Amino acid sequence: MAQQDRAPILQMRHVSKRFGAVQALSDVDFEVYPGEVVGLVGDNGAGKSTLVKIISGVYRADSGQHIFEGREVSVTNPRDATALGIETVYQDLALCDNLDVVANLYLGREQVQPAVPGLVRTLDEVGMERRASRIVGELHIRIPSIRSKVATLSGGQRQSVAVSRAVMWNSKVVLLDEPTAALGVEQTRQVKDLIRRLRERGLGIVVISHNLADVFDVSDRIIVLRLGRRAATLDTHTTNPEQVVSAITGAEFGASESGKDQALQA
Amino acid sequence: MKNIEQTTARPESAQSREESSASARSQPSRIARAWAQLDVGSLTVVFGLVVIAVVFQIANHNFLSPLNLANLMVQISAVGAISVGVVLVLLIGEIDLSVGAVSGFCASVMAVLSIKAHQPALVAVGVGVLIGAAIGLLQGFWFVKLHVPAFIVTLAGSLGWFGAQLYVLGSTGTLNMTDPLIVGIANARLPVILGWLLGIIFVGVNAYAVLLERRQRVRSGLPVQPLGIALGQVAIVGAGVFLAIGIMNVDRSPAGFAPVRGVPSAVLIFIAFIVLFDFITRRTRFGRYVFAVGGNAEAARRAGINVNQIRMIVFVLASTLAACGGILAGSRLLAVNQSSGSGDVLLNAIAAAVIGGTSLFGGRGSTWSALLGALVIGSISNGMDLLALSSSIKFMVTGAVLLLAVTLDAYARSRREASGRS
Repeated sequence: MAQQDRAPILQMRHVSKRFGAVQALSDVDFEVYPGEVVGLVGDNGAGKSTLVKIISGVYRADSGQHIFEGREVSVTNPRDATALGIETVYQDLALCDNLDVVANLYLGREQVQPAVPGLVRTLDEVGMERRASRIVGELHIRIPSIRSKVATLSGGQRQSVAVSRAVMWNSKVVLLDEPTAALGVEQTRQVKDLIRRLRERGLGIVVISHNLADVFDVSDRIIVLRLGRRAATLDTHTTNPEQVVSAITGAEFGASESGKDQALQA
Repeated sequence: MKNIEQTTARPESAQSREESSASARSQPSRIARAWAQLDVGSLTVVFGLVVIAVVFQIANHNFLSPLNLANLMVQISAVGAISVGVVLVLLIGEIDLSVGAVSGFCASVMAVLSIKAHQPALVAVGVGVLIGAAIGLLQGFWFVKLHVPAFIVTLAGSLGWFGAQLYVLGSTGTLNMTDPLIVGIANARLPVILGWLLGIIFVGVNAYAVLLERRQRVRSGLPVQPLGIALGQVAIVGAGVFLAIGIMNVDRSPAGFAPVRGVPSAVLIFIAFIVLFDFITRRTRFGRYVFAVGGNAEAARRAGINVNQIRMIVFVLASTLAACGGILAGSRLLAVNQSSGSGDVLLNAIAAAVIGGTSLFGGRGSTWSALLGALVIGSISNGMDLLALSSSIKFMVTGAVLLLAVTLDAYARSRREASGRS
């Protein structure tokens, strides 16, 4: 695979995180290359969501490093992550129901214009709505109005808004936590198409999913977490669902078990 | 890394243009959308206000007289100013139970500085307002950094600051405000010309903003309301503003007395607070963050918004506005005493915000609800005073109105959300 010749765009090294008495992650390494989709799988409590939240700056690891584009970086809050180009779509979507689609797409990154020059800056509603309209059109998202309050949208529409928000900001790495869990067949297909398009643009995509069919459909590599440790790294094209399930549950199987996968080392 | 819109624009542009025009055609007509967005809850309250006005006018022909209406506006200004602060706290999904006590305590500080320490008005009022801000900082800190629920912190505040008020006033009974500047805060009147001028400026700025935004939207290809509706909105606002100013500019003194005309300064200050904070909440980034924190604080945090900072600032603003309200009340009544800020000040401030349409659960509302709610509560109180009804009836009616207003608003909201989904 071409990935071996390229450097990972994002690398996490020796990440550990404890919540009280629970060791959520122990010495976990993680990497994603530009132009690839990594499926991050594991049973409930394996540490997938925790790892994603550490990558995106919502949590701080107890120990470990973020290495982005070859340089070690400090990511201590969500803004650090988005400044680097790491965007996340959380499982609960992190949308504000009382705000409309435009406001949610621009949440935290609102465009302002000088109203009273030098003194007051107001929200550039027209500019934001114009660009939001374009994004929504290009991503083929069906919503009644871009000014609808998000609370009035269906689950699939809300998911689409959350994904749009992740891709409209010059992102380099996009993390999707259970993106198809609440979606119907057509919307799942659209999200997977979107993921493939993002891969073609050279983004590094990480997809957490319980749905192995989706993971096999869309990913290039599969990283398995088990009980807070990296249990296996598998090449999607050479493995099969049984091997993945074995790694998730801890049964013995052929390929490498704990630590790094030698075949995919750079 | 190219922005996604640039790289997908070329091959799919024809298709996406076709699809977006298709979806525009399937959108409900522009008039229907404007209609659906009407704030049915608030309109119901306005209708209720009209009913109240008609009922009281029939019962006592003086209710809608210029003198009574001007008095009504002045009577609601102090609690109304406090209510603006309550709106801000409700918007972030919290509550501040100390606003009554803070208003009384800061008014007492002002009174003691002015009357006992013989300080100039600027110092007395300035210190009173700053103490309000400091209280907000302290209570905000306790809530944000020490993680004590705002309900508890401000409940403790409502007791503590009331005690501080008694301490500061000491054994004095009532302190009568004699400083002309302080008395003028609530009791001065704008010259008639200035009143009209301010009205023209307000209506003019509003019209300019509405039409400018409309033109920007047309230029950017965004959907707009029909021009008729936009002009209609401007006209309604204009009519309301000029009617109100006209009523206050008419000579309202009883026959045979020296003429009394002009917009009272208390009203001007109250409306100025509403306009200022309406602008801040709806048009600035900070205001957007206030709504975001009230809607989903965790989502706001993940979007990089400093949720703690927003909460601190809001609590400071609420206590500062409470202090301003207290000073307004002290000026209007020409006196500050142990009962300033006590009694139903707190509950009326909260009830006004809620009756006017601000949600108790956060994320929804407007500073204008302070005006609407204060008018409803104030009209009931004022009207019943004219009819010489006892306070017992006043309380029961106000309680019923509060319940009715919130029930209607909840119903209207559930209907709006249901239709939004289809």
